[in-house]
Amino acid sequence: MTVQIKVEDKLYQNRYRVDEGRPHIAIKDAAKCQSCTDKACTTACPAACYAAEDGGVTATFDGCLECGTCRVICQENSNIDWFYPRGGYGILYKFG
Amino acid sequence: MTEKFDAIVVGAGPSGNAAAYTMAKAGLKVLQIERGEYPGSKNVQGAILYADALEKIIPDFREDAPLERHIIEQRLWMLDDQSYMGTHYRSDKFNEERPNRYTIIRAQIDKWFSKKVKEAGALVICETTVTDLLKDAAGKVIGVRTDRENGDIFADVVVLCDGVNSLLAQRAGFRAELKPEHVALAVKEMHFLPRDVIDERFNVKGEEGVVIEIAGTVTSGMVGTAFIYTNGESLAVGIGCLVSDFKKTGETPYALLERFKNHPSIAPLLKGSEVKEYAAHLIPEGGYKAIPKVYGDGWMICGDAGQFVNALHREGSNMAMTTGRLAAETVMALKEAGKPMTDANLAAYRRSLEESFVIKDLKKYKDLPEFLHKNTQFFSDYPNLLSKAAETWFRVDGIDKKTKEGQMVRGFVKARGWRGLLGDAVKLARAWR
Repeated sequence: MTVQIKVEDKLYQNRYRVDEGRPHIAIKDAAKCQSCTDKACTTACPAACYAAEDGGVTATFDGCLECGTCRVICQENSNIDWFYPRGGYGILYKFG
Repeated sequence: MTEKFDAIVVGAGPSGNAAAYTMAKAGLKVLQIERGEYPGSKNVQGAILYADALEKIIPDFREDAPLERHIIEQRLWMLDDQSYMGTHYRSDKFNEERPNRYTIIRAQIDKWFSKKVKEAGALVICETTVTDLLKDAAGKVIGVRTDRENGDIFADVVVLCDGVNSLLAQRAGFRAELKPEHVALAVKEMHFLPRDVIDERFNVKGEEGVVIEIAGTVTSGMVGTAFIYTNGESLAVGIGCLVSDFKKTGETPYALLERFKNHPSIAPLLKGSEVKEYAAHLIPEGGYKAIPKVYGDGWMICGDAGQFVNALHREGSNMAMTTGRLAAETVMALKEAGKPMTDANLAAYRRSLEESFVIKDLKKYKDLPEFLHKNTQFFSDYPNLLSKAAETWFRVDGIDKKTKEGQMVRGFVKARGWRGLLGDAVKLARAWR
C-alpha cells in the first residue's frame, strides 16, 4: 500500500517561533551534495527540510524539529553545519 | 553576571531537573539553563514515567504531578501487513496505592518538575542556549558561554544534561559524534479522543491505562518498534527505527508513521481522533558500549547525552533522572568534604552508576544493539513466519492437524534453514544473557 502524505500538514499542527533570516543549520558545501549518491537527508529528515533538486540538495529549516538526524546521517560527508536555534526560537512542543 | 555558582546544569529535561533539584535542595547554589521557551518545549518522549526513579527524588510527586493514567496492561504485538500476534499482561495489582508506571505528557511533566527545581532554590533561566564550555589553561571546565550578552557564567562544576545530541560534549571533545547505528529516529503524533472513547477502546476505566509496544513489518525490515500509549484524553502514537536503516532503505519517517496508523489492527484504535502535534526525536540506542566517559575536570554528563537508554525495556527517562540524581549526590559529597571537582574526585559518579541498575542493566544487554543491527530477520522474516503459522493453526479448513504442523515447520525451515533457526536462537540467547 502506498500512502500519499504531505508532511506540511503534519508540521502545520506544531508551534514554532522562527528566527527569521537566521537558520540554525547550513549546508557547508553545495558542490558536495552534487556528488552524494544517496542524499539520505532528503528522505530521513522527519520534517522534510531537505529536497533533492537539480542533482543537488536545497533546504529550508522553518519546520525543523531539531532532532539531529540530518547531521548524524551526513556524517561521512560531514556537510551539515548543525547547531541549536537561539534560545527561545525554533520548535516549541506543546506536548512533546 | 560575575557571580559564581556551585554548579551549572545545562538542560531542563529529566536528568537536568533531577540534578538541579537534588543539589538545590541540599543548599547548593545552582544555575540551570534551558534553551526552550519553557522547560519541556524542546523535549520529546513516548512517554512513560517510571515512578521509582522520581520517587527517589520527590517522594510525594503523586500529589501534584500531572500524571495521565497508571498502566495496568502491557501489550506486546508482532505485526505483519494484515495481522498482529500479541501477548498481553493485565493485572488488578497495578491498581495500587502507589502505581509503578504512568503515562505522562512530557512538556507538562517537565514544567511541573521545573517548578519544583525553582522552589528548591535553583535559579532557572530559559530561552538561553549554551554555546560552549569555558575552560581554564589546564583544560578544566570552569563555566559556560551562552548566547546572551555578557553570557559567560562560572561554576565549580558543569553538569551536561543537554540531551541526545549534546553538541557541548561533542564540541569539547568529551564525546564523539553519534553513530547512525547507535541512534533511532522516532516520530510521534498526539491523537486526541474523548476520555470515554479511550476507556472503551482499550478496555479500561478511571485512571487506568494501556501500553502497546509493537514490532514487525511496520518498520519495513528496519530495526525499530512502534507504540501506542493511552493518556487521559489522547493517544501517543509513534514509530522509530535506527538512523543507519533509514539511510540504507531511503524510507521516510512520516510515510512509515502513516503506514503504521493505517494498519488494519491499528486504524480502528485511532479512528476519529484529532491530531494536535507531530514530533521527532533521536533516541540513543547504542547501549553500554556507546557510553562515553561521563566525567572529567569540572564536568559530568547525565541522561541521553551519556547514552543512558535501555532500548529493549523502553527505559530512558528513569535512567536520566537516576544519573542526574547520582551526579548531584557526587557533587554534594565532594562539597561536603571540601574537595575540588577534579577528574579523580568526580570518578565517584561513575562508581555510583556501576552500583545502580543503570550500568547493571545496560551491561546485561551490551551485545544486543549490535546483534539487532546485524540480524534484521527479527524485524522482517520472523513476524511474517509467526503470523503465517498462527493463521495456519487457527483456520479450520478440513486439513488435518498433522499436515498443518508440517506446513508450519516447513515455513520456518524454508525461510531460515535449520542451521539459521538454530543460529538465531543461540545468538538471541547470547545477546540476551
